[in-house]
Amino acid sequence: MIPRLPHWQSVVYALFVILFVALPFVQDKRVSLYVQQLTPLFIFALLAIGLNVVVGYTGLLHLGIAAFFGIGAYTAGILSVQAFPFQQSLPVVLVAAVLASAGLGVATTAPTLRLRGDYLALVTMGFGLIITFVIRNLESITDGTRGLNPVTPTLLPGLADPDLRAARLAPGWGRYWYDYPYFYFFCLGLLVVTNLFLRNLEQSRLGRAWVALREDELAAACMGLNPAKLKLSAIALGAGIAGLAGALFAIAQQTTGGPDSYDFNRSMIALCCVILGGLGNRPGVILGVFILIGYDMVLTPELDNWIQKQQINPGGKQYLKVSGWRLFIFGAALIVMMRFRPEGLLPGARMKHELHPDEDPQENLAASGNA
Amino acid sequence: MTPLLATDPAAAFGQFVLIGLVSGLLYALIALGYTMVYGIVELINFAHGDLFMLGCMLCLQVCLAVGALSEADAGTGPAVLAIAIMLLVAPVFCAALNLAVDRAVYKPLRTAPKLAPLVSAIGVSFIFMNIGLFWRGPTDISFPKLLLGETNLIEGSGMGFTTKDLMVVLVTIPTMIGLTLFVRYTSLGKAMRATAQNPTAAQLMGINVDRVIAATFAIGGALAGVASVVYGLYFNSVNYQMGFQNGLYAFTAAVLGGIGNIPGAVLGGVVIGLIKALGGAYIGAEWSEALIFGILIVILLFRPNGLLGARTREKV
Repeated sequence: MIPRLPHWQSVVYALFVILFVALPFVQDKRVSLYVQQLTPLFIFALLAIGLNVVVGYTGLLHLGIAAFFGIGAYTAGILSVQAFPFQQSLPVVLVAAVLASAGLGVATTAPTLRLRGDYLALVTMGFGLIITFVIRNLESITDGTRGLNPVTPTLLPGLADPDLRAARLAPGWGRYWYDYPYFYFFCLGLLVVTNLFLRNLEQSRLGRAWVALREDELAAACMGLNPAKLKLSAIALGAGIAGLAGALFAIAQQTTGGPDSYDFNRSMIALCCVILGGLGNRPGVILGVFILIGYDMVLTPELDNWIQKQQINPGGKQYLKVSGWRLFIFGAALIVMMRFRPEGLLPGARMKHELHPDEDPQENLAASGNA
Repeated sequence: MTPLLATDPAAAFGQFVLIGLVSGLLYALIALGYTMVYGIVELINFAHGDLFMLGCMLCLQVCLAVGALSEADAGTGPAVLAIAIMLLVAPVFCAALNLAVDRAVYKPLRTAPKLAPLVSAIGVSFIFMNIGLFWRGPTDISFPKLLLGETNLIEGSGMGFTTKDLMVVLVTIPTMIGLTLFVRYTSLGKAMRATAQNPTAAQLMGINVDRVIAATFAIGGALAGVASVVYGLYFNSVNYQMGFQNGLYAFTAAVLGGIGNIPGAVLGGVVIGLIKALGGAYIGAEWSEALIFGILIVILLFRPNGLLGARTREKV
């Protein structure tokens, strides 16, 4: 049985949500500049918990999650830019992005069901790469490396976007619904809702069946579970969440960007977050996102700015820039975690027990008892 | 323009076949490193392509140190010296680096779940890429053209087969023959095959499995080193991200031929080279990479053991 969230974790959770809701109301221009950078973190947290459904719960190593992120983003782009005759509203765009990614996930995974382990990883990686090339080469649809813009669907079907200037409560608040902080609240809300949904799903028949499949496919099949159906449902849900994240990503930037936003690197970084935080454990995965992506997108530019101001690095040397160490940090994080703490920073009780079965069973029992 | 409209379509076709064969031999050289390591420890060594990239960077460093800097130096003393040093230093460097990584990263994970070394290999690949970035910066760097004149050796046929192409053939084919003989006839080669078949049984027969694995990593690394010399001299451009791309081609070649199978890797490399050259010519260069990965997927789906791989039943 997967233990319920420990009581203190729920409290910490709630406190964080309250904090994130309260932040935009701080009456300080500088604070609002920082808070704005949290929107992409929420979006990548969604992507990572989507990947976690596939890799963490079900144990299918997927190396191409960015493909679904890209499909979501481009579905949103195609349905909302001026170049195409659709111009749909936000709810339609989001639902379409989720359905397109989930459908593609099922369609591409169905033929690979009999593959296991590293061969499955390779097929998913190849699929991810192909999607990048398709985005780059189908210029008549995706506009090649330039990307589609502006991705600004209307809020509700048939209504002009409301002018929200009158609703400004703090400096830095924008004018339209896709500006800060309205979109920030929207992403935070979706993240919380998805989290609650997954929390309930983990305890459900389906969630427990996924874990059984991860532990031992043969035994699970002997118990009457259908591995094919379970794998497809996991990939559909995981890809759907990734597609939702992709659509939000495109709307947040108001452009789909080029194919490079959806390449192998993106998949790998999402996987790094999941592994660093704790495979299969949502709070851990979100922590992983905040550490790694936070480092990459928030801390690194800050430190680089500081280095530039101090004129430590007049020649622009790569190794004197924090951003130059990016790959090194990600790589070292993967290696060190695999070597010393494969269960992640914030592991689920089950993973912890599996990877350290020799630890005091009494203590493990107590841990799951607490939970 | 498609080569179908060339004045001599047959010659154009032959030309692309030649290009494909030559670059295929290069992929084969890298693929051998993947296939040998996978055959023995069942690890997809993601870092192998980046090891190859670091080999290229080292070769470039050798050129700079010896003073063979440009086309003008081709055929002169420094150029010959530079090539000789490269052929000596690059394989040793790559072998030592691969060995060290195995010792430090993969060896402690031998008994861990399979996912652990795979993820670590991705991590090593990132670190290698970062080293390459620090070493030569983020842009493409031109590699000096040190080979004497690009004389066409089959003048009059309407095709081109230059001294450069000949060099690739002269380096790769003997290397592969040597490797095949080594694995077939030496005692270490025999130990490798035994370990690949069944590590536990091999250990029971008195084979030092750890030493065999180390030797495999060293040989795979050395082959990547040879490939890096050939690649640098042939394509004359290096980049810190080149390892990922070429590594993927090579890996696809290894899987295509049947992973763990040495002749299979060579065959797979040549097939990948041909697909890339012909696909690029007749379908469009921008689609040739997608074509290769599409083929990888199709092979894994319908014939996961590759062209020459033996049928193995999955252990439960």
